[in-house]
Parts: sequence; C-alpha cells; structure tokens
Amino acid sequence: MRARRRSRAFHAQLVFTVLVAAFLVVPVLMSITAGLTVNFFQGVKSGLTLRWIGEVWRLYRDTITLSLMIAVACLAVDLVVGVPAAYVLAKARSRWTRLVEEALVLPIAVPGLATALALILAYGTWREFRTSWLFILVGHVLFTLPFMVRAVLAVLSSIDLRTLEEGAASLGASFWQRFTGVVLPNCRGGILAGALMVVTLSVGEFNMTWMLHTPLTKTLPVGLADSYASMRLEIGSAYTVVFFFMIIPLLIGIQLAARPRRMAGVGEESA
Amino acid sequence: MSEGGVAIRLERCGKTFDDGTRAVAPLDLEIAAGETIVLLGPSGCGKTTTLRMIAGLEAPDPGGRVRFGEVDVTEIPIERRNVGMVFQSYALFPNMTVADNVAYGLRVRRVEAGARAARLEEMLAMMKIGELRHRHVDQLSGGQKQRVALARALAVRPRVLLLDEPLTALDAKLRDVLRIEIDALLRRLGMTAVYVTHDQAEAMALGDRIVVMSHGAVEQVGRPREIYFTPANRFVVEFVGTMNRLRGVARDGYLEVAGGRVPWRHGVAGDVEVLFRPERAAVVEAGAGGLTGRVLTAFFLGDRTRLVVEGISDTPLIVETSARTEFKPGQEVHVAIDSDALLRLAR
Repeated sequence: MRARRRSRAFHAQLVFTVLVAAFLVVPVLMSITAGLTVNFFQGVKSGLTLRWIGEVWRLYRDTITLSLMIAVACLAVDLVVGVPAAYVLAKARSRWTRLVEEALVLPIAVPGLATALALILAYGTWREFRTSWLFILVGHVLFTLPFMVRAVLAVLSSIDLRTLEEGAASLGASFWQRFTGVVLPNCRGGILAGALMVVTLSVGEFNMTWMLHTPLTKTLPVGLADSYASMRLEIGSAYTVVFFFMIIPLLIGIQLAARPRRMAGVGEESA
Repeated sequence: MSEGGVAIRLERCGKTFDDGTRAVAPLDLEIAAGETIVLLGPSGCGKTTTLRMIAGLEAPDPGGRVRFGEVDVTEIPIERRNVGMVFQSYALFPNMTVADNVAYGLRVRRVEAGARAARLEEMLAMMKIGELRHRHVDQLSGGQKQRVALARALAVRPRVLLLDEPLTALDAKLRDVLRIEIDALLRRLGMTAVYVTHDQAEAMALGDRIVVMSHGAVEQVGRPREIYFTPANRFVVEFVGTMNRLRGVARDGYLEVAGGRVPWRHGVAGDVEVLFRPERAAVVEAGAGGLTGRVLTAFFLGDRTRLVVEGISDTPLIVETSARTEFKPGQEVHVAIDSDALLRLAR
C-alpha cells in the first residue's frame, strides 16, 4: 500500500522532470535541426545539409577565431592578475580587503552596457585602442576577473593557508618556492573552476561586447546577433550549432580537469 | 651537520601586536643544547607566541634578541633559521604524498637526489610510516599525520625542534602512545626541543624543564618536580596538578578547621589558608585522628576512588583512596592530612 503510494509520487515527479527538461531541451534541438535542414519552413523533409554551416564558416570565421583569441587572452590576464590578487586578499583579511573584494564585483552588478559606455566615454577617442580587439579584451577582463578571484579566494579561505606556508617556510622554502610548490597546487581546483567560468563567460559575452565592437572586431555572439538580424534563419541556426560545438567540448574538458582527485579507502583512525 | 642541537637564548623578548595587545612581556630564557623545554600555560598565556619568536615567525619587540648558540638570529627569517616545526593542525601539504611531504624540506634545499632518497628512507623507517609513503595526506589518521609531520620536520636535521601542541588534536589513548614516542625520540636524538602545551601531564612527562606562563609572563621555570612540589605562586599551584585548600584558624600549635584540627608548625597564628595535594591525605578509620567530613560525590576510577569531601574546610576537598569500600554521598569519612604537606603561599 505504502510502496504503491510512493511509486505514484515517484512517477508524478518523473513526468514533471521530463516535461521541464523537454521544455528546455526542445528549443535547443529545434535550433540545431534548423541549422542543418535545407529549408526550415518546409521542415526536415526538405533534406539535411551542411551548407549553412559552411556558409557560417565562410562569413564568420573571423568572429570565431577572434572570440577564441579574446577568451584565451582574457584567461591569461585573469590568471596573472586574479590569482595573486586572491592570494593577497586571502592573506590580509581586513576591512580594507573586504572593500576591494566588493569593488571587484561591481562590473557584474552594473549592467554591461553601462560599463561599455564608460569605457567608450573614457577611451573612445583613442582611435588605435578603440578599434583594436584589446578594447574588447579590457571589457571582458573587467567582467570576468571577479569570477576568477572569487573562485580562487573560496578555495584559499577553505584551507589553512597560513599554517601551510609557515610549515613550508620552516623547512627552508623561500617565498617563491612556497607560492609555486604549496599555494598554487592547493588552489588548483579553484583556479580551474575560475578558468572554466572565465572562458565560457568571455566566449558568450554579448551585452558589453555589442557596445564595444567595431565592424572589424566582432566576436562570436555579436556575429550571431548579426546573422539572425540580417541572414536566413538557417544561417543563424547553423551559427548556434557552431557555437555549441565550440563551447561544449571546452566545458567538458575543463570540467574533467577540475574534477577532484578520487580518494581511495581512507584508513581508520589508528596510530 | 649532525643531529643534536644548539643552545637558545631569549633576551628581553616581548611581543606586542599591531592592535596594541601585549602577548608576551619581555622575558629572558636560556635553553641548553639538547634540552627539552616545555612552555606550559592556559590558552592566551603567550606560550605559542614565545615559540613563534624562537621559530622566526614573529619578530620580538625592539630590544629583544634571539640567539642560537653564539649567533644572533633575530633578523633571520624562519626559512634560514634551520628549525623543525610541528603544528597542532599538522600543516601537511594536501597536494603531496607522504613521501613528498617528508622530502619537501630536502627538495627546497636542493639536496642531491641520492642523498635525498636515503634520508627519506631513514625518516620513514624512524617514524614507522614506510607503508604509508604513497598515501595522500587526506587518507591518514590523526596519529599518522603527526608522525609524518615529525618525519618531515626532522628530515632537514634542524638545530631545534619546535612543537606547538602536537598532540592536542588526538584522542587520549593515541596521545599517550605518541607522547612516549616523542619523548624517546628527543632523548635519542639529543635535540634541543621547545614544546608548547596546555596539558600539565604532558609537560611533566616530556620536559627537562617547564616554563609556566600566564598572561604573557613567566610564572615559574623549573624541573617538573620543582614545579609540582614547590610551586612559586598561586597561579602555578592552581594550574599544575590538583590542590586542596584548607582555611582555618591557627592557634596553640594546631590549625583548627571546620572538620577538626591538624598540627600546625608554621608559627603564624590567626586566620590562615594552606594548600595540600590530594595524595598527601588519606581516608582513615573513625577515631584515628582524622578530620571529619561528609562525602559529596565519589568517583570510582578502578584502581582507586576519588572522593569529594565537604565539611572539612570551607570548600570541598579532593581525597583519593585505594580502599575497596564503596562510598556513598552523605556518608561520614575521616581524612588524615600529612602536616608536612601543608603549603603556605606568600601572596
């Protein structure tokens, strides 16, 4: 009696979960099929083709490479700036560092458009900079840096950083040896998680980039908007397919790298 | 460099933190080469800060000097002082295996690979952790972790071994086992060691000398027996071991208390307060000249029974007996106190 009641609830939940999942997955699948069918309005019976993908590659190849380049450069800057920043914030816990931490998050709280506008107001007249991809990179770094800092800071705050460093110092390790041999390896998980966020955010960032780009510095999402606005629906959808194929392996790869080390049979509490 | 150690001298070493709190008042302390000294006191007494000044993790206030042998190391940072440290929280590197942890100090000192491997084997064998070598730190028990930490600290042949409450995080049984091992190790290596603890039994067992501290000041320095039998002041009395307090009126060669009287040889008369250790009193038969009191509670400990007795002085006394009789609360008991054991403290 009781088992049957539970199983009915189980089935109700299963149906609900499947419905919600379908609600989210169906548009994705439709988008992918749209990018692969000859004519979207006639449906799949009009035949499947890679023509639109080829078209996207021909028209928007530059936006894809530029996006990847910016994402990699953004990650590099965030690593070089963000990891040491997180280390300093973790070591010197004071009201002042709290303030810095909060200030770092502002670019997330402030709409991307506003940040972009501020950048244009301040540096827009500097032509070489304004028209260079570095202009977009600056915006992306502003936007993604807090994610890197927070991810690393979270890990550093969860380990007894001070004692670990003191232990290493007592054994004769210099500051640099401690930082590279003890601090960095122990916040590897945070760095990888931060890197995951930074790369995906940078590749997908639209709202600020849309303001910052020039016709010669279009990133992937800006190109996507462009293709939806000015091309056949199939090309826009094919663009989505390209985007998926780029971002998903990236996500899986970093996710795998960030997986915590598996722990084998932990010994019982004994001497 | 051989095993063994260096003499340490602290001269007027005080420590005031940035926020103005004084952790340690300027103190002088000499530690002989090869000696094990225990810094004992409640939390916040400045014992760990003192240890950290020796280690080089805290700089003493201006004027204070730290010497290792003839060398003034006050300005030398910890990484060049050649000290071994063992922490309460182990401070093992979670990103390394046991073997990598133990060899870490040798690696950062760029000891050549052959010598490094040999020393690693020696340390793993000494601490009996050879079979754990490939384990990660999170796969070890507390006792195993502290063994690895000891091996790691000793691998670099430090001139002094500094231990900051190394057994506090372990359960009681393991604490005893490891304490005996650390004791044997220190004796065998003849190494200068500074050991911080709040546990007076640990201090008694390990220390050649004990430094009792409270509120950032040294209360007494002495061998364990001196600390126990001739405590210098009220703080030491109350912190080390159990002490009973007897309050009464001294007159005509007797000290009269609520539960009777005991012979009095201190000369002074009037209201007095004396102290004695529980082991200097015994439960006796009625009529054998004891003081009369009443059992408040009785704890049967197996080999003996610990009685809390009221009615003898103004505060309950603790008395132990190995008699096999069962004591019940409210029962009348007679306690004889060795009058030589009565200790009067100068204020």
